[in-house]
Amino acid sequence: MSLLRTVELRKRFGALNACDGVNFAVEKGEFLSLVGSNGAGKTTLVNLITAHLEPDSGRILFEDRDITGLSVSQRIKAGIARSFQLVNLFDGLSVFDNVALAIFARDGKTAKIATLAANDDDVRRETREVLAEFGLAAKGELSAGELAQGERKLLDVAVAYALRPNLLFLDEPTSGVSSAEKAQIMDTVSSVVRSGAVTAVVIEHDMDVVFRYSDRIVMMHEGAFLADGPPDAIRANEAVASILLGISSPA
Amino acid sequence: MKAAAIALPRSQTGLWPYAAAALGVAVLAAVPEFVGLYQTQLLTYGLIMAIAALGFNLLLGYTGLLSFGHSAYFGLGAYTVAFLLQWLGIHSMEFYILLGLPVATIVSALFGYICVRHTRIFFGILTLALSQVLYSLALKFFWVTGGTDGLRVPRPTLLAGMIDFAGSGGFPRFIRSYYYYVLGVFVLSAAIMWVIVHSPFGKALQAIRDNEIRARFLGLRIRRFRWAAFLLSGTFTALAGILWVPLNGLTTPDVLYWPFSGEIVFMTLLGGFRNFSGPIVGGIVFTFLKTYAVASTEYWQLLLGSVLVVLILLLPTGIVGALSQLAKRVWATREGRT
Repeated sequence: MSLLRTVELRKRFGALNACDGVNFAVEKGEFLSLVGSNGAGKTTLVNLITAHLEPDSGRILFEDRDITGLSVSQRIKAGIARSFQLVNLFDGLSVFDNVALAIFARDGKTAKIATLAANDDDVRRETREVLAEFGLAAKGELSAGELAQGERKLLDVAVAYALRPNLLFLDEPTSGVSSAEKAQIMDTVSSVVRSGAVTAVVIEHDMDVVFRYSDRIVMMHEGAFLADGPPDAIRANEAVASILLGISSPA
Repeated sequence: MKAAAIALPRSQTGLWPYAAAALGVAVLAAVPEFVGLYQTQLLTYGLIMAIAALGFNLLLGYTGLLSFGHSAYFGLGAYTVAFLLQWLGIHSMEFYILLGLPVATIVSALFGYICVRHTRIFFGILTLALSQVLYSLALKFFWVTGGTDGLRVPRPTLLAGMIDFAGSGGFPRFIRSYYYYVLGVFVLSAAIMWVIVHSPFGKALQAIRDNEIRARFLGLRIRRFRWAAFLLSGTFTALAGILWVPLNGLTTPDVLYWPFSGEIVFMTLLGGFRNFSGPIVGGIVFTFLKTYAVASTEYWQLLLGSVLVVLILLLPTGIVGALSQLAKRVWATREGRT
């Protein structure tokens, strides 16, 4: 049984077929990369699964339950979380509070109005643990807006991870940082995700990163799946190679 | 509010906000010993405006919603007191508060339910429109509200009727007692507001202010939070109206009119909407500023307008924001030297 399945999922934006009858399956425990050129429909697919967009047709099944009609908050409760391509943080809050808030939200504690957030020892302990896992333990007191770009990317993932999802979507966790930092971020993210036994789906452009960290790679092109397999099979796939060449050739 | 709720936090920020608050309260408590009756009266008005601005800033500073209709809730508090006196013959300040607050909460909940369906300018316009509805009602239903003449509210009794101000010398006695009464309510209100903005609920509001989309992807139901913030905000501002009317002795439609909403915005910006204590400082400073501007020139609105322009251009973070930046800079240079 797959953790997540989409059945003939479709989404059009005018003439653009962003998601063209996609049948997507994610297996429990895998680290899956979603690749493809810009406009291939990767983010649209993630947006549909996380209820950021509504599909034109098709169904989404999570743990064999139809979640197509569920709202964002219901899907999060079901165990699906995500991070964003452009860093999406609470810049006015401290790094610590960014993560703590995710934990409060997950535990249904955000209605608590008569107690100080800083007095919740359980949440404080868990927040410290999550920050330590992402190498941000020393940065807790800074406001999220003061972090460097690489740290912001990590915090963005940490906030989603703190929801303790069963399925975590990461939309380009290394975009906008230097190549050196990319490896560092992916090392951290993949080790946290694997040690936490979280199933992860990562949208990524850097093929070196993709080949190194993924259990499975799915390649999208014009709203449909072009290839699907383990890194070695994808590396050997000629259709994929031609698309990748298309990406890397100077326009 | 449970007593345990105001327990000191075991946070790393330390105890200095509590020390500063204790010092501030001590100074405020001592002031009437050193100044005249008139200054004490002005400071009472200032503390009342501070409560109104604290309530307003829960929406602006902490939730990111600019209301241009907070006169509605202030006026609601004031008129509720006047009606309680007129219809039920109530003279006790405690009853004014205990009966006035639920009325304010219900109306705030109703108005908020309409307003939080939108944000930004649409939200602002809706709050403005609803406040103007109350203004029109107060103006047109003169057989109930007294129209432009308003309704008179004489000095109430305090502490369940234990203190009254009948007879000669009532006014100075009232001002001195009422100052401490308002100070007490102010301290309690500020403490409750402090807990609210530092609670998980308050953190969620700030998260929604900073990034609505991400907040939604934590599973937060945005509109509910905004609604709750609106309701609390309106109730706090109404409390200020309740406290204000016996001091003023009269409520007129002016306190429901939109320029007064503008004044609430002004005092909050003056003190600084990014700091907890900004609206408190703003409420007090604005009260004195306006009083002396009105007394010194008939062009006082021009004077206040100029202050506003200078404020926006030079001190966008308000008095408290500017002072805390200054303090940080001094601190940093001193740290660097040692």
